[in-house]
Amino acid sequence: MTNTDATSQDPGTRPAHAPILSLRGISKSFGAVSALTDIELDIHPGEVVALVGDNGAGKSTLVKILAGVHQPTAGTIEFDGKEVSIASPGAALGLGIATVFQDLALCENLDVVANLFLGHELSALRLDEVSMEVKAWTLLRELAARIPSVREPIASLSGGQRQTVAIARSLLLSPKIIMLDEPTAALGVAQTAEVLNLIERVRDRGLGVIMISHNMEDVRAVADRVVVLRLGRNNGIFTPDASNQELVAAITGATENAVSRRRDRKAAQHSAVEEIAL
Amino acid sequence: MIQNSQPALDRSDERVRHDETLSGALKGFLDRIRSGDLGTLPVVVGLIVISAVFTYLNPVFIAPDNIVNMLFDCATVGVISLGIVCVLMLGEIDLSVGSMSGFASAIVGVLWVNHGWPIAAAIAVAICAGAVCGGIYALLFNRLGMPSFIASLSGLLAILGMQLYILGPTGSINLPYTSPFVMFGQILIMPGWCAYILAVLPGAVMVLTGMSTRTRRLAANLSARPLTAVLLRAGLMTIGLVLAVYYLSLGRGVPWMFGMFVGFVVVMNYALTRTKWGRSMTAIGGNREAARRAGINVRLIYTSAFVLCSTLAALGGILSCARLASSSQQAGTGDVNLNAIAAAVIGGTSLFGGRGSAWSALLGIIVIQAISNGLTLLNLPSSLRYMITGGVLAIAVIVDSLARRSRASHGRA
Repeated sequence: MTNTDATSQDPGTRPAHAPILSLRGISKSFGAVSALTDIELDIHPGEVVALVGDNGAGKSTLVKILAGVHQPTAGTIEFDGKEVSIASPGAALGLGIATVFQDLALCENLDVVANLFLGHELSALRLDEVSMEVKAWTLLRELAARIPSVREPIASLSGGQRQTVAIARSLLLSPKIIMLDEPTAALGVAQTAEVLNLIERVRDRGLGVIMISHNMEDVRAVADRVVVLRLGRNNGIFTPDASNQELVAAITGATENAVSRRRDRKAAQHSAVEEIAL
Repeated sequence: MIQNSQPALDRSDERVRHDETLSGALKGFLDRIRSGDLGTLPVVVGLIVISAVFTYLNPVFIAPDNIVNMLFDCATVGVISLGIVCVLMLGEIDLSVGSMSGFASAIVGVLWVNHGWPIAAAIAVAICAGAVCGGIYALLFNRLGMPSFIASLSGLLAILGMQLYILGPTGSINLPYTSPFVMFGQILIMPGWCAYILAVLPGAVMVLTGMSTRTRRLAANLSARPLTAVLLRAGLMTIGLVLAVYYLSLGRGVPWMFGMFVGFVVVMNYALTRTKWGRSMTAIGGNREAARRAGINVRLIYTSAFVLCSTLAALGGILSCARLASSSQQAGTGDVNLNAIAAAVIGGTSLFGGRGSAWSALLGIIVIQAISNGLTLLNLPSSLRYMITGGVLAIAVIVDSLARRSRASHGRA
């Protein structure tokens, strides 16, 4: 953490106290398939929670429920101490839950300013381009984003820059929670580091962050807690210093799994090579 | 000129070349063209070529009175084309605009002449019929997921059927020549002073808004376009418009109907570029799902576009029956449909959605009318005229797809 400032040390924003969002017994079934069963999850302000799990573990379904895309079959969602129902993407935004989807959902034919303010333009009948541009620059500056020009169409930006725009857009409405679905999946080394820095800056602003990732290295780098889902159920909460073995075991459901077998085989090969060399 | 204490907000990244001066602006323009962001360039070039060829073949083409006639004709189909721009922006289509315009003209004829209604009431009913028809397409599209292509194709037949039904066996109604309605469509011309004022107005507005935008941008520590560029653009435009008005006044002058059409274009252009509605239209045309997730009411925007398109088609039909002084079974058939769609595409509105401008309806319809008028002057049979118009449309669509591919490879969507 490079950008730790006073706010993140402030006891008021420390995790451990009142959660901003808590899920109790959330279940979701699609026909006969239960995608989620009895999920419990708490998010505190100023905390990064990584949501990990294998393909089909229910991570994206959970995010879609919180984003208002799907409705849960059972269970309650408490936001800011009040029980709420999230009926539509608009309702989620209204509550203060912003989502950065995996496919970013940007309009390539519009420029950065238009994308940032999409659906929330200033003065509907006479667009206030000057104020929007100033606010766009301010927001991008706060995130230390490197966007050369906000008047270029999104199509001309790199993957990392697009990710930055998508994250900046989610912050525009001053949300209380931001959810990122695979924020580093398509990025290079430097861009990944940029996005991780960005996540830390967002946390330092006192927001709750939910991050879905398959990349354990990224998860360890920024997460305060790691929540493991397996086959639609909670399968343990870890601290980021938990060993890889523990995490993989929780994700796959067994200490004996494809990852451990591969590791053992590689280790065996390695020691065999060393023996021959000796 | 600009305060030098700190770089402007949008000028702090050293990777971007900034086109501050006039030569810089020119350089930026050339870059845009090269990357395939052609804008209105192909259509302007095309128009100059077409005019030169037809004038060479028959000098009557360029005569002021011929051009005045052309402008009368432009207004009718142009209004229909303006509606087409709306649906094309969303990447949808309405193939029934021709039938809708014919139906609207039939409604006006039957209610006004046969039933003796006041003309205003007849026009209001015709326009409402257009709005209802667009509403039905929107319903089919939004609720039942029916592609607009198929919905409007069946609408084309159904509405044509209604037109034939209400016209009855006689099939044709003549409208009274002396009525203000028909005179508006055939002979009403702006007085000279009015035409000149309207020619100077856009340049003045451009300078005023350009200066106030510049002040606001500089106050907000953003870079602004140099004042000379604003003045130069406004000056060139004013000179062009005044010369055009002068040339037309050598003949009959500027038709009110054409003035009304240009007025619609200006309003539509403002709505598409400077309002939240227009921004939503462009966004949905570019990426519908992204727009939905951004909280835009996508269904409402689709509905607005379909309703607007059919309503403008009905209005175009009303203007064309004023122009022809008759409501007949032939109204809105033949090439009206194709011309309206072709005009929007030729003018530079993309068939793929997300790119377009209200001006494309104006420019495109002038090209189409110039071709059809020129071919008529050459006494070519309609067989050849159809072939040539078809060829021009094909070229326009090819330019659109090639430019789109080039934009993709230059990262300009």
